[in-house]
Amino acid sequence: MAASAAVRSAVSLTQRFVRVSPDCSICPLYRLNACTGATDGFTAPSRRLRTSIGVWQSGDSSSPEEEERVVNVVYIDRCGQRIPVQARAGENALHLAHKHGVDLEGACEASLACSTCHVYVSSEHYEKLPEPEEREDDMLDMAPMLQENSRLGCQIVLTPELDGMELTLPKVTRNFYVDGHVPKPH
Amino acid sequence: MVPCCKMSYNKKHVSVTLPGVRGLSSSSGPRVCIVGGGPAGFYTAQQLLKARQDAAVDVYERLPVPFGLVRFGVAPDHPEVKNVINTFTQTAQHERCSFHGNVNVGKDVTIDELRQAYHAVVLSYGAEGNRSMGISGEDLPGVFSAKDFVGWYNGLPSNKELRPDLSCETAVILGQGNVALDVARILLAPVEMLKETDITQNALEALAGSKVRRVLIVGRRGPLQIACTIKELREMVNLPNTRADMLPADFEGIAEALKDLPRPRKRLTELMMKAAKEGGDDKAEKCWGFRFFRSPVEVIAGADGKRATGIRLALNKLEGSGESARAEVTGQLEDVDCGLIISSIGYKSIPIDPAVPFDPRRAIVPNEMGRVQDTAGLYCSGWVKRGPTGVIATTMNDSFDTARVLIQDMEAGKLDLSVNKPGAQAITALLQTRGVRTVLFSHWEKINAEEEKRGKFLGKPREKLLDVDEMLKIAWS
Repeated sequence: MAASAAVRSAVSLTQRFVRVSPDCSICPLYRLNACTGATDGFTAPSRRLRTSIGVWQSGDSSSPEEEERVVNVVYIDRCGQRIPVQARAGENALHLAHKHGVDLEGACEASLACSTCHVYVSSEHYEKLPEPEEREDDMLDMAPMLQENSRLGCQIVLTPELDGMELTLPKVTRNFYVDGHVPKPH
Repeated sequence: MVPCCKMSYNKKHVSVTLPGVRGLSSSSGPRVCIVGGGPAGFYTAQQLLKARQDAAVDVYERLPVPFGLVRFGVAPDHPEVKNVINTFTQTAQHERCSFHGNVNVGKDVTIDELRQAYHAVVLSYGAEGNRSMGISGEDLPGVFSAKDFVGWYNGLPSNKELRPDLSCETAVILGQGNVALDVARILLAPVEMLKETDITQNALEALAGSKVRRVLIVGRRGPLQIACTIKELREMVNLPNTRADMLPADFEGIAEALKDLPRPRKRLTELMMKAAKEGGDDKAEKCWGFRFFRSPVEVIAGADGKRATGIRLALNKLEGSGESARAEVTGQLEDVDCGLIISSIGYKSIPIDPAVPFDPRRAIVPNEMGRVQDTAGLYCSGWVKRGPTGVIATTMNDSFDTARVLIQDMEAGKLDLSVNKPGAQAITALLQTRGVRTVLFSHWEKINAEEEKRGKFLGKPREKLLDVDEMLKIAWS
C-alpha cells in the first residue's frame, strides 16, 4: 500500500538519525523548539522537547485518506488487562499508549536513550515491522526479560497492516513473582 | 492483589474547594514522605499519586536542586537520558505533591520526626559515597573517585574545588562499568562537542587544556565479565580522532564462547572484539583501551612522594566462567605510568539516621521488597534498597515495586490511616525553629531559569550554579 510504503521508506531513509516524535512533529513551532506543549492531560505545560537529532516526518501527514485509516491495537497491561484502542496510521505506539492511559513509561521521550517503553509484539505482527536500527537494538539489550518479539514502543509506527496487533507490557517487577523469584538486575 | 491499573491521574484534579490554597488542607488521606529527590524518589511519588487519589506525597531533598543523579550523574553528552526530568517535573507540580529542598534529613530533622508527621516514609536517598580501592597511595594527588570526577564535570557543589590536574599523557581508570566509560569519553571527547552541553564551564576549560591522550580502562576480570553496556562502548568506538588499543592476549578463547552467549552479552562482546581487531585510524592523536585481568595494588608516587605517577597492577587469572567467574592472583605484577587515576568501582550508600537499620556489608538498608526490616511504616526504593547498579529504567521499576508494596500495606490496614498526620506543615514549622528554610519547587524553577539564562549566553542548555549559597539566594529572591 502506498501509505505503508511511504512510511517504510521514510523510516529506512532516516535509519541512523530517526527519532520518532509525537504527532505535533509537523508543527513548525515544535521544529523550532518553541513549542509550549500540548494541553491534553498527560503533557506538562512547560515541556520543551530537546531533540538534537532530526525529526521523523509522518509519511501520511498530507494525505487525507490516511487520516481515516484506522488501525486497531490491543495493549495488554502488566496485570493482563486487555485495552483495545483505535489509532490512526502514522501514530507511534508509545504516544498512543499515553493517550489511552496505558501504563507504558517513556522516560527519554522517544529518543532511544532508555528501555522503559519495552513491549512484546504479537508474533504475526512482529514480522511486519521494519528491522530495528542499531540504536534500538542497543537499548533493547538493556531491557529486562528481553524476548524474540521485543521492541521499543516508541519505535513502532502504526500502519494499516498492523491492524489487530497486540502489544504486551512485560511484567518486570518483583511483585509479580509469587514464588519470590527475583529477576536478574538490568 | 492491588489493582495496579487505575485510571491515570489527571494533573488538573483539584481535591479541595478552598480557593487559592494549594494541596490538601483538610484531607484525611494518606500522607507519605519521600527522602531523596532523585529518580527513585520521583518515580515512587509518581506511582503513589497515581494509585491513590487521596494520597499526598512530599519529597525532601538535601540540595536546593532536585533530580539527583539525573542532574549530577548522567553525562553531559547524554541529554536525551535527562528527558526524564520532564516526567519528574510533572510529578513535582502535581496538586498533591510538594518538593522541599535544602533539608538535610538525619541532621535538620530525624527519621523519627518524619515518621510522626507522616503515615509512611520512603527512603530514596541513593548512594553518595564510593567504594575505595583500599590500596596504598589512594589518597595521593592525582587519584580521584569516579563519583567525584563525574560530580566535578556535572557541577555537584561539593566537587567544585576538585581541580584535577590534566597535564599528564595517560589516565588509568579502574572499573569497566558505564561510569568508567563516561569518564573515559569525557576525557577524550573533542571540546567542540562538549562545549554545547551542560558540562560546567570550569570543567570545559580544564578539558580544553588537557594533555591527556591515552586512557586505559582496567578491570580485574575478562571481556565476558565487563559491566558496561553496548551503547557506551559504541560511543567510545565512534569517538573522533581516537583509536582503540587493546591486547590480543586478553581476548584468547573469547571467539569460541560467543555462540552460547545471550544476545546482549553477545552483541557487546562482538563489538569489543571488532574494536580490538580493527583498532582505528593510526593517525589518531588519542587512544583508549580496555586492560583485563588486572587489579590495582598500589599507587606509585613520584620521586618527591607528592603525587601519583603510576599504578601497580596485579595480573589475575579467571576461575569459573560467565557472570560468576572470579579473579585469582597469579603473583605477577605490572607497572603503568600515568598521572591521573580514577577509581570507578562502585558508589556506596551510607547510613542516614541511627534509627534506620543499615547493612554495612552490603551498604544498603535491609529490606523485604522495599519494606524496611523490623520498622513498620518505613520503606525504601532505588539504590539505597538494592545497591548502586542499574540504569534509570531499573530504578523506575524498583520504585514502582516499592510504591505498590506501600499501597498494598495501606489497603491491608498495616498502616493506620485513621490517624490524621500533619505532614509538611508540621515539618516545615519544625525546620523553621531550627533555622532551616526549605526550597519549594517554584523556587527551584527560579534557579532553573537562571541556569538556562546563563547557559544561553554561553551557547549551552544551561550553566549550572555551583554554589549552594548562590542557589539559595536566587531561590528565595
